[in-house]
Amino acid sequence: MDTPQTHQFKVIGTRPVRHDGLDKVIGRAKYGADYSFPGMLYGKVLRSPYAHARIKSINTEKALRLPGVKAVVTHADFAPQTTAPVYRMGGEAAVNPLYLASNILAKDKVLYAGHGVAAVAATSPHIAEEALALIEVEYEPLPLVLDLLEAMKPGAAIINPDLRRKDKPDEQTNIAGEFQFKRGDIEAGFKAADIIVEREFRTEMVHQGYIEPPNALGIFPGDGHATVYTSTQGPFDVRIMSATLLGLPEGNVKVVPAEIGGGFGAKLTVHIEPVALLLSKHAGGRPVKMVMTRTEMMRGATGPTSGSILRVKMGATKEGRIVAAKAWFAYEAGAFPGSPVWLGCFTGLSPYDIENFLVDGYDVLVNKPKTSSYRAPGATNAAFAVECVVDELANRCGMDPLDFRIRNASREGTQSVMGPKFPRIGYIEVCEAIKNSQHYRTPLAQVPGKYRGRGVATGFWINGGMQSSAIVNVHADGTASLVTGSVDIGGSRASTAMVVAEVLGLRAEDVRPAVADTDSIGYTDGTGGSRVAFATGLAAYQAAHDVVRQLKERAAKVWEISPEDVAWVDGKAISKKNGAPPLTLKELAPRLTRTGGPVTGRANVYATGVGPAFAACLVDVEIDPETAKVQVLRCTVAQDAGKAIHPSYVEGQMQGGTVQGLGWALNEEYVYDEKGTLRNASFLDYRMPTCLDLPMIEPVIVEVANPGHPLGVRGVGEVSIVPPPAAVANAVSMAVGSRITDLPISPPRLFKVLAARRG
Amino acid sequence: MPRVFIPSLLRKYTGGQESVVVPGRTVGEVVRNLDQQFPGFRNQVVEGDDLKSSLAVSVDGDIAVGGLLEQVRESSEIHFVPAIGGG
Repeated sequence: MDTPQTHQFKVIGTRPVRHDGLDKVIGRAKYGADYSFPGMLYGKVLRSPYAHARIKSINTEKALRLPGVKAVVTHADFAPQTTAPVYRMGGEAAVNPLYLASNILAKDKVLYAGHGVAAVAATSPHIAEEALALIEVEYEPLPLVLDLLEAMKPGAAIINPDLRRKDKPDEQTNIAGEFQFKRGDIEAGFKAADIIVEREFRTEMVHQGYIEPPNALGIFPGDGHATVYTSTQGPFDVRIMSATLLGLPEGNVKVVPAEIGGGFGAKLTVHIEPVALLLSKHAGGRPVKMVMTRTEMMRGATGPTSGSILRVKMGATKEGRIVAAKAWFAYEAGAFPGSPVWLGCFTGLSPYDIENFLVDGYDVLVNKPKTSSYRAPGATNAAFAVECVVDELANRCGMDPLDFRIRNASREGTQSVMGPKFPRIGYIEVCEAIKNSQHYRTPLAQVPGKYRGRGVATGFWINGGMQSSAIVNVHADGTASLVTGSVDIGGSRASTAMVVAEVLGLRAEDVRPAVADTDSIGYTDGTGGSRVAFATGLAAYQAAHDVVRQLKERAAKVWEISPEDVAWVDGKAISKKNGAPPLTLKELAPRLTRTGGPVTGRANVYATGVGPAFAACLVDVEIDPETAKVQVLRCTVAQDAGKAIHPSYVEGQMQGGTVQGLGWALNEEYVYDEKGTLRNASFLDYRMPTCLDLPMIEPVIVEVANPGHPLGVRGVGEVSIVPPPAAVANAVSMAVGSRITDLPISPPRLFKVLAARRG
Repeated sequence: MPRVFIPSLLRKYTGGQESVVVPGRTVGEVVRNLDQQFPGFRNQVVEGDDLKSSLAVSVDGDIAVGGLLEQVRESSEIHFVPAIGGG
């Protein structure tokens, strides 16, 4: 039987140069801030110095009188919004439009330092900044709450007065949501355990750290039609959100996606796009360009991901079988509801087949920026806790940590924590890939005067499907173009073009991929959830087959036979009847005019058959006892890609996610003062790893075909970020002989651990 | 008949039952029949004529893109799950 694993692909699995590579290398690619128009204005946002305060008044008169200022807007200029979730983002997750508008420009209270209050458009950025200083805002400071546990206590400062306790509707609360997953008999499970490990862990808020700050160029003349150029992961998300906040029909907003300098989930929502459009409207339709500073990006409403408190208790038999697991997760939502805690609740334990479990999750408001998606949102926090406890259980059982995981592994047919049974998955295979790696088979050498340790961890991410559209146009020279609505973050233009090339029998470079604006392609959900190579790839595959269907009809006309008597094999039309020589696309293309005209293939999919993703990470660390600095000596990551369309870009995703996970593990954290002001709002002070900090990340691609995709593809963009923090914590714990429970494992924190160990 | 797995926080509507066997040819019909057996359940998962925007439904292991309109088989397993986002 021909399967994605046995089929001899000609294009898929090769490593052609990416189609957009040259433009990016020579600086020709246009990013959001590169767009300019005649008569363009520059927009800036006034942001709150307070972390929690009531806005008593906003006076914009002086700012409006400043020469060069063309518009000033506040929340009141948005169309009236309600809390009813009226549309969906990313195809599935709901958005609350009142919260969305109130996060971009505060309504009656500011809820975090950096919260937008008003915006200005002027003829130069300097005049716009000057005008911000002329806006008079009268604040009434309110008590604030920054700590997660404090925010959950009765009597805490209340951030959203409309939120009520579920059990006591008369009482206000900062707990915006509660989640639970439960199966079996948890008490009986723990009674059956020979070994029980129970720990509490803590992680801090971290930022995605994309290089390109959010930007938007809005044009909203008086004809009721608006256009916005922006760096976004979801052009159609920007369209519906902007239309809603401006009170326009969705079809009246056109979104032109620029090249994107990273997003990692944070650019699936709007940040300043509706503001640029609002300012343009108030400035008589002149284009308004807005580009956030790095400090605005870090401090403002762009959405870092949650800090968390994670309590995990797990029990195992002495033979190494997990019999019970109990978890309690609280995640910071920031100033508005919507942390990814529920995703943590079901991903953390999903690598394991556990009969008895109880997972409770809490979404908690604090006076910090509203959190946003970050690569496998919620999963990294949960895996950090679970994988550290699993490591301890394995140690206590005297088992190899990977053998312990394999013994308890989820596999095809295992009922997942969320409920549905897993299809064919590759968890065991990724564990075995690490076990068989040269890295794992090479003993860790100790050196005098240093502490060294080795750690492993694994991770799960559910991956997304959702909706995608694709169009394939055949050209007279026998090449083709592919148009999709998926912004290309990780090489998806190359991978989707390769799918089309494979089906049509072309070289990858003969298919030219393009990302269209929202008027020029069918609805397409955002580039997120590791969905593009899978779902947009599926749309491209089906659009290419639509071309094949038409090409068979054209070949039938040439051969004067019935289309049913034409087959398409290895990129060629084959006559099943008269023995005519096969016709390739390049041979058929010049004859399209005389056989019926242009050929265009189309496909719109709502993709099902999503293949869950698993990854495993192995890391060696060395600690300097004097400085408590952790150096990563070696790092290997294995991940199930299903089928790697372009292995280099799969490896790139694995390396990128791993590096972000290592940064999360070692140094990255939002540092607040007692007034709720972020103290490290720049890349100088927010310590992300650089190439000088890390070894080459060694990727091992595992291919367990996804039965739900014709090419076996699984999403690959996110899961690699999940295991590294736990792997590093396990390695450091081994090195220092003490369980690490808090992230980041930065020198100040680790120094305390080392000092305690020395006594 | 299709089997509906009840989310743990909604089991108070089904007398603590983790799963219930209910007749129906679509998810919507199953939910209507379930609501007759356990009044109040439908309001927890349906808003207007669609699933609540915070929810998705899985039929036989795959997210049901048709929502309430999704057809189910006699042997189907139905799970209500939170709507997925991603990064």
